[in-house]
Amino acid sequence: MSETRTIRVEALSRVEGEGALHIRLRDGAIEDVQLNIYEPPRFFEALLRGRPLEEVPDITARICGICPVAYQMTSVHALEAALGIGISPEIRRLRRLLYCGEWIESHALHIHFLHAPDFLGYESGIAMAADHPLEVKRGLRLKKHGNQLLEVLGGRAIHPVNVAIGGFYRAPRREELAALIPDFEWGLQAAVETTRWLAGLSFPDFSRPYEMVALVHPDEYPFNEGDVASTAGYSVPVTEYERRFEELHVSHSTALQSQRIDTRGCYFVGPLARLNLCREQLSPAARRLADEVGFDSPCMNPYKSIVARGLEVVHAYEEALTILRDYRPFRPPRVEYQPRAGEGCAATEAPRGLIYHRYRVNDSGAVEFAKIVPPTSQNQKQIEDDLKTYLPTILTEPDNRVAELCERLVRNYDPCISCSTHFLKLHWERT
Amino acid sequence: MSGKPKLAVFKFASCDGCQLSLLDAEDQLLAVAGAVDIAYFLEATSRIVPGPYDVALVEGSITTAHDAERIREVRRQSKFLMTIGACATAGGIQALRNWADSKEYLQAVYARPEYISTLATSTAIADHVPVDFELRGCPINHHQLVEVIASLVAGRRPRTPGHSVCLDCKRRGTVCITVAQGTPCLGPVTQSGCGAICPAYDRGCYGCYGPVQQGNSTSLADQFVNAGTAPEQLVPLFRNFNGYAPEFRAASERLAAQAADAT
Repeated sequence: MSETRTIRVEALSRVEGEGALHIRLRDGAIEDVQLNIYEPPRFFEALLRGRPLEEVPDITARICGICPVAYQMTSVHALEAALGIGISPEIRRLRRLLYCGEWIESHALHIHFLHAPDFLGYESGIAMAADHPLEVKRGLRLKKHGNQLLEVLGGRAIHPVNVAIGGFYRAPRREELAALIPDFEWGLQAAVETTRWLAGLSFPDFSRPYEMVALVHPDEYPFNEGDVASTAGYSVPVTEYERRFEELHVSHSTALQSQRIDTRGCYFVGPLARLNLCREQLSPAARRLADEVGFDSPCMNPYKSIVARGLEVVHAYEEALTILRDYRPFRPPRVEYQPRAGEGCAATEAPRGLIYHRYRVNDSGAVEFAKIVPPTSQNQKQIEDDLKTYLPTILTEPDNRVAELCERLVRNYDPCISCSTHFLKLHWERT
Repeated sequence: MSGKPKLAVFKFASCDGCQLSLLDAEDQLLAVAGAVDIAYFLEATSRIVPGPYDVALVEGSITTAHDAERIREVRRQSKFLMTIGACATAGGIQALRNWADSKEYLQAVYARPEYISTLATSTAIADHVPVDFELRGCPINHHQLVEVIASLVAGRRPRTPGHSVCLDCKRRGTVCITVAQGTPCLGPVTQSGCGAICPAYDRGCYGCYGPVQQGNSTSLADQFVNAGTAPEQLVPLFRNFNGYAPEFRAASERLAAQAADAT
């Protein structure tokens, strides 16, 4: 007679968006692991059709409240490709500055409020603050800096209003940006301290031969431009993305799941992938710090993604400082363009990994087709694969402990469930 | 309210940005966390305390039959229910489906539409259960959120302004972009709360805080048409994040009818 054990995590906490995990065991062996993304679908790709192209960045920002910049900027780059728009170096630098702000804000949130409590045994960052006030308050300041930069450059931190096709609605005044410099000088040092603290946490011994995928650029750490490269050894232009990777619709998820077309294998995107593929392009302080804390090269332990985030915060501060110090206002703030029929795609690096958009527009300037591939739907299959490997090692634990350990594994990926569209509940079925 | 009120945060169809606003109140977050008992807030804590709750913050719109049932349960469990953001107060950007064929939307996005269960509409929370207070915005303003929570703890009325974005521009000293540049701007009919940022960044207000009380959206739309903007170009301006709020909806449907008559 067979015995079934079912374990369910009904609602995954400390992730962005909502999801569940469903695990079914038969006679002690894993039969199925499903990451259920149950956020109700919002149909962005459908509702964008017919909209004027200039409002696309305002709409795609609303896919995710935590990384709106990555969504709106990926739209902008893809639409500029469709329209054949080239931008000035000044606009390009300000766009990198915008990414610095979002990475600092999003990473500081994930490190201190969603992830670190796992390593130190707390239910939340707020609870952790009672015993680790220095680290949590420092983290809040870092997060605030990221938001302040987004407020100056974008008008506000959540759903910025200043991003336009061709550039910005208004270029910031010099003094608006210069006012941030003292805080950012403090923040760079604070981020170094934070990363040293993170590197000293104890990490589960869990490494796998992942295929990691990120944008790469010969002389900059990837934000909004580069080729799509893999630790498996290939590198292709962004226009080849859809020949390498495809999205599948599985029954247990309202998010589409990505996989490699040729091998049907999963892959891993995010800070760890970027660090493994682009370590040489880190800013000097971040590169020195990676060496100082002995960050593995390559690092295949997903729990150490928290250290990778710390290193990326250091990078973002250092690059932001350079741009803030060198900034001179410029005109025009955006490149003029005429609507024309066309198609274009782009990929950028959201805090939680590579994001890809493709649009087709008509000659009256309306969207005809939109495709949006968020980072979490690319990681989703990898997460399920990790859980299948990890679960057999913890099955002797009681159900609530298994659920807790699985959630911790999932949080390594900083999943952004409302982005895709949904996330984690643990359902266990042990037969 | 005596003692520390039990606070819960619930999410429906949304981007998470409004509940994130609470965590974005960096300077007040630890103080707020000290003044209330955060009993249910999945995004921030693994601690889950069962209801009933004194205060429920509800983000997101109702787009599935399951959520239409869940919001009733949330209402039953909550003494004071406050909706936060354009999704919860007006249906959000996903309410564009209300003017479209939802089956076609499903087929456009999902290879296997049969796996997805969804309603044909996205509607505000108040269309389903009584709501005690609405905080508007896409996203909400975290200073307003902290103010409302503080007022509940103190047992007083929240101080949230009810004037239009237009007045905020005057206060900021922003040159009117409709008058100076002829750019259509929803500032005169949109509720304050954002800080009038769009005109300060050289673009028209797109109404993300929703209609102001006693604003006249259809009259403003007529002004823009008389000044030379085609009705079909104005439809998307009224029909976005708060497009299904009654005042904006009336304006966009009237404009759409005018555009149809013209062809």
